[in-house]
Amino acid sequence: MNRHVELKNHQREIYFFRLRLLLSLGFVVVLLLILLSRFVYLQVIKQGYFKTLADNNRISVAPIVPNRGLIMDRNGIVLAQNYSGYTLEIAPGKVADLDATIDALTKLVDIQPRDRKRFNKLLSESHTSETLPIRSRLSDLEVARFAAQRYRFPGVEIKARLFREYPFSDVTSHLLGYVGRINQNDMDQLERDDVASNYLGTDYIGKTGIEQSYERELHGTTGFEQVEVDAGGRAVRVLSNSTPQSGQSLMLTLDAKLQQVAEEAFGQYRGALVAMDPNNGEVLAFVSKPGYDPSLFIDGIDQQSWDELNNSPDKPMVNRALNGAYPPGSTFKPYMALGALTLGKRRAEQRIFDPGFFTFGNHTFRDDKKGGHGSVDMYKSIVESCDTYYYMLANDMGIDNIASFMRQFGFGQRTGIDIAGESEGVLPSQEWKKKRFKKPEQQKWYPGETISIGIGQGYNAYTPMQLAEAVATLANNGVMYRPHLVQSLSDVSTGQKTLIEPKLLRTIPLKQEDIDVIKRAMVGVNKEGTAAGAFAGAGYVAAGKTGTAQVFSLKGESYTEGRVKQELRDHALFIAFAPADQPKIALAVLVENGGFGASTAAPIARKVLDYYLLGKTPKPLQEVKHSPEKEDD
Amino acid sequence: MINRLKRRFVAHLDPVLMYALGALMFVSLVLMYSASDGSWSRVFGQFTNILVGFTALWIVANMPLHYLMRIAVPIYVIGMIMLLGVMTPLGITSHGATRWLNIGVATIQPSELMKVAVPLMMAWYFEKHEATLTLKNYLVAAILLAIPVALILKQPDLGTGLLIAASGFYVLFLAGLSWRIMIGLAVAAAASAPFLWHALHDYQRHRILMLLDPTQDALGKGYHTIQGMIAVGSGGIIGKGYMNGTQTHLDFLPERMTDFIFAVYSEEFGLLGNLILLTIYGVVIARGFVITANASTYFTRLMAGSITLTFFTYTFVNMGMVSGILPVVGVPLPLISYGGTSILTLSLGFGMLMSIHTHKKLVQS
Repeated sequence: MNRHVELKNHQREIYFFRLRLLLSLGFVVVLLLILLSRFVYLQVIKQGYFKTLADNNRISVAPIVPNRGLIMDRNGIVLAQNYSGYTLEIAPGKVADLDATIDALTKLVDIQPRDRKRFNKLLSESHTSETLPIRSRLSDLEVARFAAQRYRFPGVEIKARLFREYPFSDVTSHLLGYVGRINQNDMDQLERDDVASNYLGTDYIGKTGIEQSYERELHGTTGFEQVEVDAGGRAVRVLSNSTPQSGQSLMLTLDAKLQQVAEEAFGQYRGALVAMDPNNGEVLAFVSKPGYDPSLFIDGIDQQSWDELNNSPDKPMVNRALNGAYPPGSTFKPYMALGALTLGKRRAEQRIFDPGFFTFGNHTFRDDKKGGHGSVDMYKSIVESCDTYYYMLANDMGIDNIASFMRQFGFGQRTGIDIAGESEGVLPSQEWKKKRFKKPEQQKWYPGETISIGIGQGYNAYTPMQLAEAVATLANNGVMYRPHLVQSLSDVSTGQKTLIEPKLLRTIPLKQEDIDVIKRAMVGVNKEGTAAGAFAGAGYVAAGKTGTAQVFSLKGESYTEGRVKQELRDHALFIAFAPADQPKIALAVLVENGGFGASTAAPIARKVLDYYLLGKTPKPLQEVKHSPEKEDD
Repeated sequence: MINRLKRRFVAHLDPVLMYALGALMFVSLVLMYSASDGSWSRVFGQFTNILVGFTALWIVANMPLHYLMRIAVPIYVIGMIMLLGVMTPLGITSHGATRWLNIGVATIQPSELMKVAVPLMMAWYFEKHEATLTLKNYLVAAILLAIPVALILKQPDLGTGLLIAASGFYVLFLAGLSWRIMIGLAVAAAASAPFLWHALHDYQRHRILMLLDPTQDALGKGYHTIQGMIAVGSGGIIGKGYMNGTQTHLDFLPERMTDFIFAVYSEEFGLLGNLILLTIYGVVIARGFVITANASTYFTRLMAGSITLTFFTYTFVNMGMVSGILPVVGVPLPLISYGGTSILTLSLGFGMLMSIHTHKKLVQS
């Protein structure tokens, strides 16, 4: 009996066991189905997504930076080039204690406090997790010393890089500008222009001058290399690449030797000179003195050098040719005379009597020459630079007639030269005064104010660039070309050259006989007039006009150069073109605090014209130094 | 003569299981070559592991059932002593976990032995008290399970602990633990989850958190999961081809010879490969169920059921963690991941399954 019960229990037990086993089987099947649906989800539905992630893991795109285009003068002399050199660079993210690391590096490589300061400045401006240079242009010895100790410095490496170099340094600084490291502002601008991807891997960008205005052409196209990398970031193989396209080379209209001659002619004086080919607007020389060393800016200028440049009384950072606005002084007179002829306010032979002053209302305007020039016609008024003639003429013409005539020569307007940051200057008129001032009593134009406008003083203020453009236009009989510094672009790989066509701005409606009157008078200036001394014995016929711009008004006292402090002396000006009958060159010179135009500005013009027309060099030109060595600093 | 020897040799081997296990081991060798980037040394190493495993399997398969009954208690006791030994200065700590024991000649991991010992002990205990099973017996069996599991979780070794807990639970379940108690336990477990959370180690919590959102720490704790999912997902339907997995061959996949070998397989053979592999595992599990259903004694039924379900659990947990539906708990893919201990333990289990099946037949005939 007992045995029977046990047996029955056994059957029941097996039944329940198998039931539970069946349940387990169901559990297993459900879980296997879950796994299977997970596989379908990952491998079918989301396959594209994970494929992309896998590719992102393994494919790394490395930019190949293009070589920046060279800049040459019109004769092929190189003004900006690249050279490869070694830099010591630190990846701040990989270095625990930056100061200690730099201290240790100082024992191997010469690192000055200014290098440190510059590095810290870069560090604060750094926009990516890149490496930053602490020292550039390492000597071979320094490279070797560091290489031997390299294991001690994780996160520090030596890189071979292309550097920008300006062989003429300060001589071309104001027109070439410089390249500098790309900062956050540049980055934002590149993103706005939608070209940020073309700057991957690029450290430098043109900041001012031609380097800036032709940035797009000079930079070129960045190449890319698709590399398969492993988890450690090591490249396994190259998948595809696109070669970089070097930037285009620029050939300037500038004559580098002429530029040097002009620069040297200034001697210790500050000032500006712009020389152009009046026939097409090509800028032959573009001097703003003093210049500065552009290489200081390439890797970020250190505070000390920056302060030195900014606090210097010579203001080397100011581009005087483009941004300095000066009264034109008597160089304004030829245009006044031409205006009078064109508007019929004077005839060339018409004479006035100059007693040495001109009275308007109860104010007396004095002529430079005590006792006056006597009987003066137009020719004499220019040759002897008679003020009274132009006081009267200005009064007869009226301010708005003067303004509208002068505007045609580009006075008070940007010339449109191909570098940025040009100033407008001031061409005074009733309308200008209304805009310039806020109070109604200041906004009114007083007829007395017109008088000194006639001799290029008063509100008149023009850039040397504008003065050069005006005299070039006059030389070219009123046919005005836009000034430009770049003559052609050439593609390095294809050798294809793109010429920049001269751009005709306007042809001023003038009578040739009127122009000839003025030109004759300007030739007279250099032959028998105010600049006769400076141009004595020149082997060509040059037309010119001297000018003196007041810096400081000495009330009631007569101006005696020797007694006035140098920085209060008048600015000297000179405009010229030559040869007078077939002008090949036109120029404007401004010498800050140079005193009379005839004594300082005209001789500079003479040297420039002598070199350009006759090939005469005043003295052997200084050899251009190449690759400035760090050790020389 | 040769035929007789041959017949004698295979007498206790189950052909269905042998073919399926052989297929898995073949896959293992093939993957080992790819995962080690074309190096033969890992292939030979794994081949040696397989030979050792097969030897153990053959020996156990040829053991009569009462031998297994007889060794259950000694093995469990030895295992417990060694588990306690891990907590003494003889224990070896590595990567923040004390799981190994220095026994002079070698270093062993006692928790691996417990994978076999715990279900064996529990099945033995139930067999002993088969005639008069009461709630008290289930409680004792649960304690036999809980103590080693607690010790292993403390090492800490979440993966092994949970797997042994699962294998013990399967024994309790198949032994007929009442539904009411199981539901009660489940409710209690849910209620105590917050406290359990506190008891977990930081890295264990991290792994669970990373499962919920691996992208939170893509380069740190979530890296394994993300790279595993990328490998599986990018494999697509037909896979990238043998030796062509980019995740595998460019070092993005961690642990690719051990815990994450399934990602290597999945990346190179795709969904179709996964279906084939699941089918092979399915055959092994199905055969296990058949053997369990036909087992002759209470002990062998419990033992066979536990072995089969535990084998399935290994498979599911490993594939689940590689494909991102379970936390990364450090469970190898059975018979495929590189590792002698794991293959040996599994082989012992399959040896028992075959012994259970073939000795019953012999008894019947």
